Amino acid sequence: MKPFDYVRAEDPAAARKAAATAGATFISGGTNLLDLMKLEVMAPDTLVDISRLPLDGIEDHEGGLRIGATVTNSDLAADMRVRRVYPILSRALLAGASGQLRNKATTGGNLLQRTRCPYFYDTDTPCNKRTPGEGCAALGGETRNHAILGTSDHCIALHPSDMAVAMRALGAQVEVEAADGTTKLHEMDDFYRLPGDTPHIETVLQPGDLITAVRLPAPQGDRQVYRKVRDRASYAFALVSVGAVIRMEQGRIAHAGVAFGGLGTKPWRDPEVDALLTGNAPSRELFDEAADTLLRGAKAQDGTEFKLPLARRVLRATLEEATQ
Amino acid sequence: MKITLTINKHAQTVDVDPRVSLLDALRGELGLTGSKKGCDHGQCGACTVLVNGRRINSCLSLAVMHDGDEVTTVEGLANGELSPLQAAFVEHDGFQCGFCTPGQLCSATGMLGELEDGWPSHASDSLEGGYELTEEELSERMSGNLCRCSCYPGINAAIRQAAEKDGAA
Amino acid sequence: MSLDLKVDGQSEDRAEGYAQGILGTPMDRPDGEAKVTGAATYAADEVPEGCLVGMLVRAPGHGRIEVLNLDEVRNSDGVRAVIRDPRMIRNAAQGTANQAPVQGVDKADYIGQPVALVVAESFETARHAAHSLKLRTDGSPGIVNPEDAEPEGEPDTTTGDLDGAMSSAAHSVDVIYTTASSVSAAMEPHATLAWWDGDRLTVRSALQMLKYNRNELADSLEIDPENVRLLAPFVGGGFGSKLGISADAVAAAIAAKELGRPVQVVQHRRQVFETVTRRSETRQRIRLAADAEGRLSGIGHESLVSNLPGEGFAEPVAQATHFAYGGAHRVIGERLARLNRPAAGSVRAPGEAVGVTAFECAMDELASDVGIDPVELRLRNIPDKDPESGIPFSSHMLERSLREGAERFGWAARDVAPRARREGEWWIGTGMAAAFRVNLMMEAEARIALSPEGAVVETDMTDIGTGTYAILTQIAGEALGLPADRVEVRLGDTTFPPGSGSGGSFGAATTGNAVWLAAQEIRQAIAQRMNCDEADLTLKDGTAICGNESRPIAELLDGGSLNGHGHVTAGDAFSDVRQSTFGAHFAEVAVNDVTGEVRVRRMQGTFACGRILNEKTARSQCHGGMTWGIGMALTEGLTHDRRDGHIVNRDFAEYHMAVNADVPPLDVHLLEERDPWSGPLQAKGLGELGICGAGAAVLNAVHHACGVRVRDMPATPDRVLAGLE
Ligand SMILES: Cc1cc2nc3c(=O)[nH]c(=O)nc-3n(C[C@H](O)[C@H](O)[C@H](O)COP(=O)(O)OP(=O)(O)OC[C@H]3O[C@@H](n4cnc5c(N)ncnc54)[C@H](O)[C@@H]3O)c2cc1C
Ligand code: FES
Ligand code: FES
Repeated sequence: MKPFDYVRAEDPAAARKAAATAGATFISGGTNLLDLMKLEVMAPDTLVDISRLPLDGIEDHEGGLRIGATVTNSDLAADMRVRRVYPILSRALLAGASGQLRNKATTGGNLLQRTRCPYFYDTDTPCNKRTPGEGCAALGGETRNHAILGTSDHCIALHPSDMAVAMRALGAQVEVEAADGTTKLHEMDDFYRLPGDTPHIETVLQPGDLITAVRLPAPQGDRQVYRKVRDRASYAFALVSVGAVIRMEQGRIAHAGVAFGGLGTKPWRDPEVDALLTGNAPSRELFDEAADTLLRGAKAQDGTEFKLPLARRVLRATLEEATQ
Repeated sequence: MKITLTINKHAQTVDVDPRVSLLDALRGELGLTGSKKGCDHGQCGACTVLVNGRRINSCLSLAVMHDGDEVTTVEGLANGELSPLQAAFVEHDGFQCGFCTPGQLCSATGMLGELEDGWPSHASDSLEGGYELTEEELSERMSGNLCRCSCYPGINAAIRQAAEKDGAA
Repeated sequence: MSLDLKVDGQSEDRAEGYAQGILGTPMDRPDGEAKVTGAATYAADEVPEGCLVGMLVRAPGHGRIEVLNLDEVRNSDGVRAVIRDPRMIRNAAQGTANQAPVQGVDKADYIGQPVALVVAESFETARHAAHSLKLRTDGSPGIVNPEDAEPEGEPDTTTGDLDGAMSSAAHSVDVIYTTASSVSAAMEPHATLAWWDGDRLTVRSALQMLKYNRNELADSLEIDPENVRLLAPFVGGGFGSKLGISADAVAAAIAAKELGRPVQVVQHRRQVFETVTRRSETRQRIRLAADAEGRLSGIGHESLVSNLPGEGFAEPVAQATHFAYGGAHRVIGERLARLNRPAAGSVRAPGEAVGVTAFECAMDELASDVGIDPVELRLRNIPDKDPESGIPFSSHMLERSLREGAERFGWAARDVAPRARREGEWWIGTGMAAAFRVNLMMEAEARIALSPEGAVVETDMTDIGTGTYAILTQIAGEALGLPADRVEVRLGDTTFPPGSGSGGSFGAATTGNAVWLAAQEIRQAIAQRMNCDEADLTLKDGTAICGNESRPIAELLDGGSLNGHGHVTAGDAFSDVRQSTFGAHFAEVAVNDVTGEVRVRRMQGTFACGRILNEKTARSQCHGGMTWGIGMALTEGLTHDRRDGHIVNRDFAEYHMAVNADVPPLDVHLLEERDPWSGPLQAKGLGELGICGAGAAVLNAVHHACGVRVRDMPATPDRVLAGLE
């Protein structure tokens, strides 16, 4: 770990100001950032500690919820409103990491957690995400926890979050305070960027931008399912996960918000999949067509080929469960 | 940087490099080597301690971020005599090499508190609350603590016994 | 004085007649309190004043190493040295090597080889400086995949005509199984504290076999072993990974000498994955030829394993195949591919862990083909003597294990056909396997000092979690008539007599017998003082009884103490008869029809290992082995980059060992048995038997559940799914 200056921010304005200096980074739960700093995958000059900012509340907001950026994953999963109205979110959170980690991991940090691509973690192998222009060791290397959707010739790194998948399915917005104090709202759909030839730029955030909250709209569907497939029963990242928010009306799907983990370079949601489902009666053919649509642009490597059938099957089973 | 931590009920001030993890501060600066470093990356749970009553991986947290916090380590679990949980671990052979044990004990302590607070888990059928320590709940909630000696049967039996005693008391 | 025994024949079971009654009981571990309070001190838990911290630096590629910024790093703040010493070792020594492994830092044979040690005032400084060291390598990886190598090895053991047997067999199986490269992953990373006192070196390290480790370290450093003292009172798991001296120990000793201060080197978990020996991946061709009733006429078990050039170890895959089942026509052997991958060595039950597991899967395939119950297939093929050498078995407990295990598991209720039980999305099935593991004995010494307060047992034996503190307490207490709280066991210090070390499941029985002998010597002295024949002496609760005479031992000691020294070695009993431990595994699994995920729902293991010295710690050992079987079958595997052989998934987030939720209730049934050939205690090894074949029971259950045979371990969801699709 490279030496750094440590600044504890007492209020959001101070945090933004401290973070506006070059080489500064926020630290919240620290469970991802410190992991990477120990390996010098990330090496900030200044750490701005936002863990004590008053951003740890969950409030009712315009028929939905406003979740403070430093609310821990545990507190969020245990919140009664979340459990009752947004069960997909509780489920996604509880399917991630471990009890200890969820006690530290925060809403903002979880959104911004970085890929688990082993070559990104290994500073002795090239990685365009870590060092732009260096090349990508994952391409032609050993792949498993890599993306098949949204990839580019420069990067196939997967976004590993479970929470963000549920939030995308719910149509969340990310509330950001810019360095100049203005507040911006980003649709989750626009928040993450595809890698293209700049895989090191992962979101629309500008330097100094502080995530203050995630806003959940009033739920569009009462049938919510989060399903995660992993290599062991617990404490493992998703091979594939599917989150579905569904509303049924008279035997037809009136709303569909389906998002995916383990597949995309960002928490994945495909409007065409949602559109295809909406207005139709659930059937195996419909779900298979949804899978075809989802996977139409998929690019698998040797090691990720299995995600094609797996995604299809899990999507089908999740939709069956949600529409029954 | 100077920080003050209340460790096992005693306030202590230490001067640390900001890079020092809470785990390394406990083990190094404070000489409390009960907490163990199995991976240093949040992947094993051996470093689990309680901070303000909640279990966390002390390896993935900076000491300077805990100024003013209350920390309980394995050294603080016994109160003159072994706690019921510690005694149950001995009785049920909830360890072999013992390296993961401090983390298991702190984690179990925190976990039982979470259960009492009605927190759900991945193993819960419903999100409505009222959880009991079924085998599924217990093993899911303790899955953040690896034990390579694989003492999970003993660990689970010990936790269950301690929880039952506690419930009965 | 010393009581020496070379175990040449059968021993009498003296313990049976003893009165203390603690041997074999499920006594709590005497070291338990230290372990649950955090007081037990492992290798990295003691740091003296003024101690420096060293971090190893890994080679990023193969070939000659060039350091681009040596001076810059050396002169940076807080850094005391960057050490690149030719005595540093390339990888951990093999078990019982007793000499230095390959040494040197100029050239890397595998990616991850330690090629420098950065020493600094603090851990943080050392870690950063180690990262800052810029290295360049100029070599090509060479051969890194087993299929690309020209294999070497001993010729196969060939008897009869297997090809002929296969072609004329009523039923035959010819299959290839593979197991992944894997690691011990003891929770305690390899760590060393070293300091010098003039020419005398003291090292506190995480090691399993101190008497060998001392010589390995001395040889590496080119010093006299007499000047080396090793300490390892508590070891946070070993499973083979700490059999030989590791890179941290040699580097710490060199640095401490050079800098004149104590130096601590703890390997980062990612380094442990690379510098410590892994279990080789295996490719196993298994051939079985059987008659219409399933009686084997031929067995083929040919394997390809790998290791780094210069390493004398080849995973002995078929070790148990030689004696497991009869069959006149046999081809059995291993081939070794020399690869520039991290070194391979012993990991819990080398040989049987992977060999029995694959073989027992193939046996399941044969049972399906013949159309008989898999338990019945094993029963029909139990040999009455060693099928190759013709020597008798010292004891043979397979039949009892199979029958009692099947009974406890409820095997009889099983549907014969696969894909018969379904619960929602889940296919449910059951499977079984036999367990075999050779029984070994090494050489060990121990001493006991009996004083009025009680007995102190000393040996440089280690307790890596296996329960050495407990069982040696029980052995000494039983033989000397003392309750457990009057026996103190001191381990893990080379100033004590050399024990066997922990490994190969031989620790308990070997060192246990040395302690037993030491106690016998004291018993003889007591008998003398009682003026009676030792055979007539009863010792209980600190009292010596002979005929009508009964005297407190303390009184007999007359203010002094009595000393005993025991020394045991393996003799003809280990070649005149075939010694093995036996068992049976049963598993019930659920396989998800959508995802291919497998969950083990329950497991039963029945094991026969001679006398059980402590019922509680024995059971825990079996739990451990069975859980490792689950990991081998379903989740664990190193991924080597095909381009350069480096380990890609070298952390606990990506190398998946079983977590709590992966492990179902495990029923362990220990068969009481005495094996007179195994030494006076009549106990055999048990730390490894639990893993041998456990994974096969799981995979056979997967097949029974959903009809999919996964022949490449681990059976991760994608591999199961490939069969379900
Ligand atoms: C062993 C292990 C297993 C895991 N398993 C899973 C899993 O199964 N599923 C899963 O989803 N996750 C998993 N995780 C990841 C975990 O969820 C993340 O580490 C965690 O959510 C990150 O949150 P944090 O608050 O600790 O972030 P930090 O580490 O504090 O920060 C992460 C990043 O976010 C930035 N940041 C944080 N807060 C803000 C803010 N308010 N505004 C702007 N920037 C901010 C930081 O600058 C940093 O770059 C696992 C982690 C570990 C170590
Ligand atoms: S040491 Fe902290 S989780 Fe492993
Ligand atoms: S007791 Fe050894 S790792 Fe848990």
